[in-house]
Amino acid sequence: MSKRVGLEGSHAVAEAVRMADVDVIAAYPITPQTHIPERLAEMVADGELNAAYVPVESEHSALSACLGAAAVGARTFTATAGQGLELMHEVVYLASSMRYPVVMAVCNRALSAPLSVWGDHSDAMAVRDTGWIQVFCQNNQEAFDMTLWAFRVGEGPTVLLPVMVHLDGFHLSHVTEPVILPEQEDVERFLPRFRYPLPLHPDRPTTHGAFGPPEIYSEAKVAQEVATRKSKAVIMQGFQEFGDTFGRYYRPVELYRTDKAGTLLLTMGSFSETAKIAIDRKRKRGEPVGLISLRLWRPFPFEELREAVKDADVLIVFDRCISFGGPGGPVCSEVRSALYNAKKRPTVVGLIGGLGGRDMSVEDFEYVIDRGREMAAGGAEELYDVVGVRGPAAGIRG
Amino acid sequence: MSKERLKTGFDFTWKDMEVGNIVKEAGSAALRKTGDWRTQRPTIDKQRCNKCGLCWLHCPDAAIKPLDDEYYEADLFYCKGCGICAKVCPKDAITMEEEET
Repeated sequence: MSKRVGLEGSHAVAEAVRMADVDVIAAYPITPQTHIPERLAEMVADGELNAAYVPVESEHSALSACLGAAAVGARTFTATAGQGLELMHEVVYLASSMRYPVVMAVCNRALSAPLSVWGDHSDAMAVRDTGWIQVFCQNNQEAFDMTLWAFRVGEGPTVLLPVMVHLDGFHLSHVTEPVILPEQEDVERFLPRFRYPLPLHPDRPTTHGAFGPPEIYSEAKVAQEVATRKSKAVIMQGFQEFGDTFGRYYRPVELYRTDKAGTLLLTMGSFSETAKIAIDRKRKRGEPVGLISLRLWRPFPFEELREAVKDADVLIVFDRCISFGGPGGPVCSEVRSALYNAKKRPTVVGLIGGLGGRDMSVEDFEYVIDRGREMAAGGAEELYDVVGVRGPAAGIRG
Repeated sequence: MSKERLKTGFDFTWKDMEVGNIVKEAGSAALRKTGDWRTQRPTIDKQRCNKCGLCWLHCPDAAIKPLDDEYYEADLFYCKGCGICAKVCPKDAITMEEEET
């Protein structure tokens, strides 16, 4: 029998890691991720989890230790946030290009300066192009589910890519919610033992991480890009089998009340749940609005996104990150780019909010929808607007 | 390992790449010709050489080969023409000659 328990997001992730029976954990504590390695270290010390816990001196070392362990075929896990992910940055690229299926939870946090331990998506967007499969969670159940799913997908014999599970710092990491924990035997059925195809072994010498001169680098990168895009099939299969095993079915793009919705709001992560209440309120007043939530961020779900927005007139994309001097919020500019050549597409407008832990209330999301429609009606001349910022209009135009 | 089996990066398409670009054959770096950008080549004068082996010891690329007759010669498959062997030779037995283009 599965059981329903109250868990904060961090502990939900730790439970998933324990049930996945990982071999090696290497992590360095950083707010708001601290409770994940803390709980895992406790599990290892108490004998609840038979794994090596490597207490490293930095995030750069944390992921490096995971790569070394993955190279000999270990199931590995790490977690970080904000500045920690930035310090880890060069190794983040190595994990994907050397094809080690490390799973990493990121408790999304703003980037300094000014110093902020609070949540937004700046850290996630800074590692957008690092070649990891990336998913965003809306609640603690998803934090548990996506962590388990991440091992299954990343370790797929045709995939062999690292997976990043994003959960909002504090809004999920530190909030207690009911989480359904499955039976261990169901987890083992869903998640077979990991077998790396060419592990480092003294009896069968192989070279991992050889240099790539100009005559081979392009070929290596194209092979990596093709593998990343092809992982989509295994991602979909993983969602399907997760649902078949545990009863909760997930999709790359989640839809909420999108039927006959002329205006769509697009969000990512835990703020999607707040936005749903705003949608409910507007629907009650007869306004035809709906919500799209991007779960899968990499590989980007082009097909599902185009299908989801094809009948809408206005698409309002809500970002929790600024691309300084760039074409708007990172999610908005990607969505706009993904739709640009579609025969029929909505007007795309961007709003940015929830930066550095600033809360977004239901009323704020109602404002986002109203403001977005106003921007679209005005010909979408503004590049984006920032919700709730004090002071005169910043007038940001392209 | 014979140098006739030499495969360079140009022989691979993106489809031939091992996962993670892992190299399965141990010691394959020996097959890579690293002496193809030399501008000068060392020539050893056996009349002057006293077989001391300093050239062999100092070569940063292990490109000086000991011969059966205890003399030495440069392995031009690897030699990059740095000239260290000529510099350290106490008998001035090694001279660097321009490679013809």
